[in-house]
Amino acid sequence: MAEKKELDRRLGIKGWALGGRWGFERYLYTLHRITGLGLVTYFLLHILVTSTRAFGGRAIWDPLMGTLGSGFFKAGEFLVFAGFAIHGLNGIRLILIELGIATGKAIEPEYPYPTSVGNQRPLAITVSILAAVLIVLGAYNIFIAH
Amino acid sequence: MSDTSFRNIPFTVFRYNPQTDATPHVETYTVKVQSGMTVLDGLHQIKSDHDASLSWRYSCRMGVCGSCGMLINGRAMLACNTQILDVSTIAIAVAPLPNFPVIRDLVPDLESMFVRHKEIKPWIIRKDESESDRLDREYSQSPEQLEAYLQFSYCIKCGCCMAACPTMATDAEYLGPQPLAQAYRYEADSRDQGFEERKPILDKDSGLFSCHYGSECSVVCPKGVDPAKAIQLMKRQMVLDLIGLRRKKCSGLHHG
Repeated sequence: MAEKKELDRRLGIKGWALGGRWGFERYLYTLHRITGLGLVTYFLLHILVTSTRAFGGRAIWDPLMGTLGSGFFKAGEFLVFAGFAIHGLNGIRLILIELGIATGKAIEPEYPYPTSVGNQRPLAITVSILAAVLIVLGAYNIFIAH
Repeated sequence: MSDTSFRNIPFTVFRYNPQTDATPHVETYTVKVQSGMTVLDGLHQIKSDHDASLSWRYSCRMGVCGSCGMLINGRAMLACNTQILDVSTIAIAVAPLPNFPVIRDLVPDLESMFVRHKEIKPWIIRKDESESDRLDREYSQSPEQLEAYLQFSYCIKCGCCMAACPTMATDAEYLGPQPLAQAYRYEADSRDQGFEERKPILDKDSGLFSCHYGSECSVVCPKGVDPAKAIQLMKRQMVLDLIGLRRKKCSGLHHG
């Protein structure tokens, strides 16, 4: 039998990087993944930086801290905080959804079909507003207060 | 009075012939559209008036068979269930469902979905297999017990949810919303006793907990199955089982 020749149409990273005609929750999905990857990267860098104190002593630590206190790294610190706010709050939303608390029970589907997306939408909006408020407070603290 | 006037709408159609094309391309055809025409009608018009070689899969023309799922203006839909003017009055773009290999033009190969669907054992599992040899009793079920799974049993396996899922896009091993929702369809069925058999299949890497609620599967589902909800309710059962709070089912057998 002849081998089937087919075209691969798996979207890959484009599948969650490009918004297209998707809904609000799809963007939260993408943000959650990006911020998660960002936080893991930060965590690894954090371990690397703090380990210089143990292995290199104050001679390396003090100038390094001076460099990390500059404007560029402050912007990085802000991004880490923003990522933490989004990932943490959206994570709480996802836990509530995954425990079936925010999705609702099975219903008899009648057109136009309501979905669980509508049930959890107020939670998604609340979490987004809270994250935005936290990010603004974080920006004030990082760039203005200090 | 219904609108009987026609308007010309360009259809940009994904074309790929594995025998002649190294890469896919798009072709644009002008379709005379009247109010009430579906995307499937538009494709038939292209086939009869412009290019007889255009291929797609369809059967029932009424949103029951699940054959004509395709990407219409960026969203996975059934071509027979979607009126052209509801999507756009300016232009229509039609492509095969993403996340599936393409056999030709608008025909996706859905085999990977069917294999995964079978993997989750989509049938009622009884602890006592010999019951089926003794058909002397009924499995009784109340209306409430029926409602617990009925919504999820309307799946027509069109693949729209699999095409819309962002996790499917990057994880080739992910079970996907269709099989996972069907796992809950049986878990929610009072007659089923297959939780322990399905648990290792659902709990593996790229299984149930790889769903992160992109929720598009529920938005695109043409039958209101709401796979995202079913998946979350299945997760709830797994968590309850982990902490020893999952309610055991009674046999469901009616003695009379």
